[in-house]
Amino acid sequence: MLANYGFKDGSGEFFITIDTGKCAKCMKKPCLKACPGKIFEKFIDDYDDEVVGVTESFRNRIKEICASCKPVTGKSYPACQKACPYDAIQHSW
Amino acid sequence: MDKKVNNFRRWKELKWINPAIDWEKANIITAGVDVGSVSSQAVIMCDGEIYAYASRRTGSNSPESARRIIEWAMEGTVMSLDNIHYKVGTGYGRVNIPFADRAITEIACHARGAHYMYGPTVRSILDMGGQDCKAIRCDENGKVLSFLMNDKCAAGTGRGMEVFAELLGVPLEEIGERSLQVEEEPEPVSSTCVVFAKSEATSLLRAGWKLEKVMAAYCAAMAHRVASLLKRIGVQEDFAITGGIAKNIGVVKRLEDILGVKALKPKLDTQIAGALGGALFGKSLLEKRLK
Repeated sequence: MLANYGFKDGSGEFFITIDTGKCAKCMKKPCLKACPGKIFEKFIDDYDDEVVGVTESFRNRIKEICASCKPVTGKSYPACQKACPYDAIQHSW
Repeated sequence: MDKKVNNFRRWKELKWINPAIDWEKANIITAGVDVGSVSSQAVIMCDGEIYAYASRRTGSNSPESARRIIEWAMEGTVMSLDNIHYKVGTGYGRVNIPFADRAITEIACHARGAHYMYGPTVRSILDMGGQDCKAIRCDENGKVLSFLMNDKCAAGTGRGMEVFAELLGVPLEEIGERSLQVEEEPEPVSSTCVVFAKSEATSLLRAGWKLEKVMAAYCAAMAHRVASLLKRIGVQEDFAITGGIAKNIGVVKRLEDILGVKALKPKLDTQIAGALGGALFGKSLLEKRLK
């Protein structure tokens, strides 16, 4: 399942997509520790898989919180993407 | 000072009991209770068939709203909560339903409910709820493949339409039909914010626009807003709409034009999809437990 967490408002679309099929295979969930903003949480989803999602209280603030991983110049991958061994995390912006 | 009560945002509260079902003969009775931010629904199923449902406005207290809606659904029968073998809570207030055996997200419940309501060919679902909007893609079993939810602002939600009904002084349930009574489709108003859309609409009314033309501009804005969310997850046919806004023909028609796909015609009340999905999940979970 592709779970899109985030929002769309007048300033654009800001979504973090987590492929829960890939995420469920990962036992250690290193993204939880890697994220400097601590926006992720581990939970059991509706289909009984242990997956990572963006904590509800952070979903409408990811644009600001994730800014520290997104330099204005030069290309860089956010810490969560670098840490994920299954390439399960994508950012839309 | 005389306070005038404004009822333009009111929508019809519903209750239905299937006279063809004798619940006392059923082996498995399950219920889904969807406590949303604006409306609450309860669906009771007997052996996988809908026995009763009810839909009304949510109050300020989620546990109380859940209790009121399930009791209203059971009203007129001798059924009590103890007769229901498995109860699933869903929606915005799902974690605050004291009698629920399990809480399941409204995304999974809407997909399951739409799969039952519209049949197994449904692949894309748009749920336009009271204070959020969800785009869902599912497989032939009603399992979610991809979802996206936007609840940052009221644009593209039922609450936005309620605000608009109050502004225009037109009953909410008339807006869709009347918005289609225009000779030429106007440019949509702001689709990014209800407050901006409201002030833009006020300016248009002052500029002499007819009510129908302003309604058309707002319905078009709402359709554009949700279409962009749907495009993000990719629209695949068959396409279905759930939630209260699915009853607004003005938004549905414009959305179909933007996406280039026709939405399936609902056989049941579109507002009960989440609760219906909850009751169906309840049946599967109970059967799994009994195996």
